[in-house]
Amino acid sequence: MLRLVVRRLLQLIPTLLGLSVLLFLWLNRLPGGPASAILGERATEAEVARINRALGLDQPVWVQYGRFLKRVVQLDLGTSTQTGQPVWEEFTLRFPATVELSIAAMLIAIAVGIPLGYFAARRRGGWLDVTAVSGSLLGICVPVFFLALILKGIFAVNLGVFPSYGRQSTGIDATEVTGFAILDGILTGEFDASWDAITHLVLPAVTLASIPLAVIVRMTRASVLEVLGEDYIRTAESKGLEQRVVRVRHILRNALLPVVTAVGLLTGSLLSGAVLTESVFSFGGIGSFIRTAIDARDYPVLVGFIMFIAMVYVLINLFVDLAYSLIDPRVRVH
Amino acid sequence: MPLLSVDELTVTFGGGRGRKESKAVNGVSFDVDQGQVVGLVGESGCGKSVTSLALMGLLPKKGVRTGGRADFDGTDLLTLAPSRMRDMRGRKIAMIFQDPLSSLNPVVPIGIQVTEILARHRGMKGEAARKEAAHLLDRVGIPDPDRRLKEYPHQLSGGMRQRALIAMAVACAPRLLIADEPTTALDVTIQAQILELLKELVDQQGTALLMITHDLGVVAGLCDQVNVLYAGKVVESTGRRELFAHPTHPYANGLLGSIPRLDAPRGTPLTPIRGSINDQIAWADGCAFAPRCDHYTMECLTGTPELAEPRAAGHQVRCVNPIMADPEAPPVVTAESDTASGSSDEPSAPDTPTEEVPA
Repeated sequence: MLRLVVRRLLQLIPTLLGLSVLLFLWLNRLPGGPASAILGERATEAEVARINRALGLDQPVWVQYGRFLKRVVQLDLGTSTQTGQPVWEEFTLRFPATVELSIAAMLIAIAVGIPLGYFAARRRGGWLDVTAVSGSLLGICVPVFFLALILKGIFAVNLGVFPSYGRQSTGIDATEVTGFAILDGILTGEFDASWDAITHLVLPAVTLASIPLAVIVRMTRASVLEVLGEDYIRTAESKGLEQRVVRVRHILRNALLPVVTAVGLLTGSLLSGAVLTESVFSFGGIGSFIRTAIDARDYPVLVGFIMFIAMVYVLINLFVDLAYSLIDPRVRVH
Repeated sequence: MPLLSVDELTVTFGGGRGRKESKAVNGVSFDVDQGQVVGLVGESGCGKSVTSLALMGLLPKKGVRTGGRADFDGTDLLTLAPSRMRDMRGRKIAMIFQDPLSSLNPVVPIGIQVTEILARHRGMKGEAARKEAAHLLDRVGIPDPDRRLKEYPHQLSGGMRQRALIAMAVACAPRLLIADEPTTALDVTIQAQILELLKELVDQQGTALLMITHDLGVVAGLCDQVNVLYAGKVVESTGRRELFAHPTHPYANGLLGSIPRLDAPRGTPLTPIRGSINDQIAWADGCAFAPRCDHYTMECLTGTPELAEPRAAGHQVRCVNPIMADPEAPPVVTAESDTASGSSDEPSAPDTPTEEVPA
């Protein structure tokens, strides 16, 4: 088990190295650059050259890459060309919101998706099954921003049960400890602040959950249907076991194996895919920051972000593999 | 009164919405007495497995209809409420299936798969359940049971897995054990051991055994009473010795004729039953075996033949032209007339060592 973890963490190094090389080559090929983004369209050649020199962009790409590597080894991702702040600081300021949103969305998708997929499969062809299957198709098809607007229209504007934007109401004076608003409220005993943060989280999280929910429902359903036809389910039934035991120990435990993999991949995609949802709900996460960074050709921020997401993917996959080896003895590492 | 009395059992699949229905079991009747070993014999598709699933209440609820009665210890299994059937399964009636690997949950340790039935029906928990599980594994001949309890199915050999499944089946000392081709997926030496074990267990516990098989070797070694099934109906029902000495229905006769025999002269050709089972022929129009039968006459095609006792009391045969001659002169079929495409895997040579080769 420990060897697996260490080996996977060591695999991170070549992965990130390769990715960074690709990124540098790619960014080097992009038209425009930070200089024209900073100076605007009417910049003179001399001014552009001056900025490029200041940012080190006049050097050949391998020199730039060498400098980048040297900094990264010292855990320094450089300085944002947009804000002049260290990239790392910009990230720590904004990531908690995105992580909070992604986790909330994933929890919703799992808590609703797995039971729904299970019961849809058990009552195959029934109304629940038909609703779940067609609803999940709808969930994948409807664009996220459109769903966001509908939810806002109904629950924020008409019913007024949830706030329509932001992470916190203006009247709340919350103490920041970790940057995770809900957790901070609990840590400092300001439960009203936690509650406020939760109400702000509901609509964005439901919006963001729509696609992973649809995927999880369908995967769970298909997987349960497959497991139901297995001989060992018949054996379990022939033993007269309680339905609850058959369901949890014999059906779900086998059926959830592929779902675990999917949940891992979906979680990774949520972190990078929260951009739209965050914009619509003015949820101050990393998403909107990255969008402006793309506009501004803010290379250090982009490289840092993409590398970070890559790292998260590798780590989540490691977790998935560990979870797998806990559930399925056949893939257990000795 | 027999322990289990199956009366005119029918199982119908499909039907409704204009689709053609098919009768997998078409009026099967047989009895199982306490402690008796009863065989249900026939080729693939004759309805023997469906019969066993119907008795266990394990047929899918949708698209399946059952008819007739199956009285077990005074209750009709076919009309029993699902929750009461659930109480019955594993406790009073248990079952062993064909493929021991796929019949065990791959992600749950053997120990839990054994103790869960003890918890369900015998209220045993914790250390007591674990001890009993180890005792059960020991009883079915699994060495080092304490270690095996912690292992997963893929760590056990095929024979060991079937032993584990048998341990689960006999955990609550059921009155009736249904074994659906329990040795088909195992190799020959293991087959013999498993059959020996089953025999031993049913003798010890006084459990009745309903043995479902296509292997006449298994029948010869184990069964007291044999029911030969064809196309969802019992065509011959008699004691084991009587069946092997005087197979009277042409189908049963054909089954026996297609097995290699140690006492036959060298070079005697095997005589397979030609053709394969055909569910297009309905019993209502006549004998469903008629198209494959060497003895059929026009009489065979006028209505369903009734069970009769043409040879001896208690030896029931469903045939209008039963074979009354001695089996020592089997109908000679030349190699050219061998068109047995579908029956090639059925019934295989009796590779199960039988102590008593029928004379």
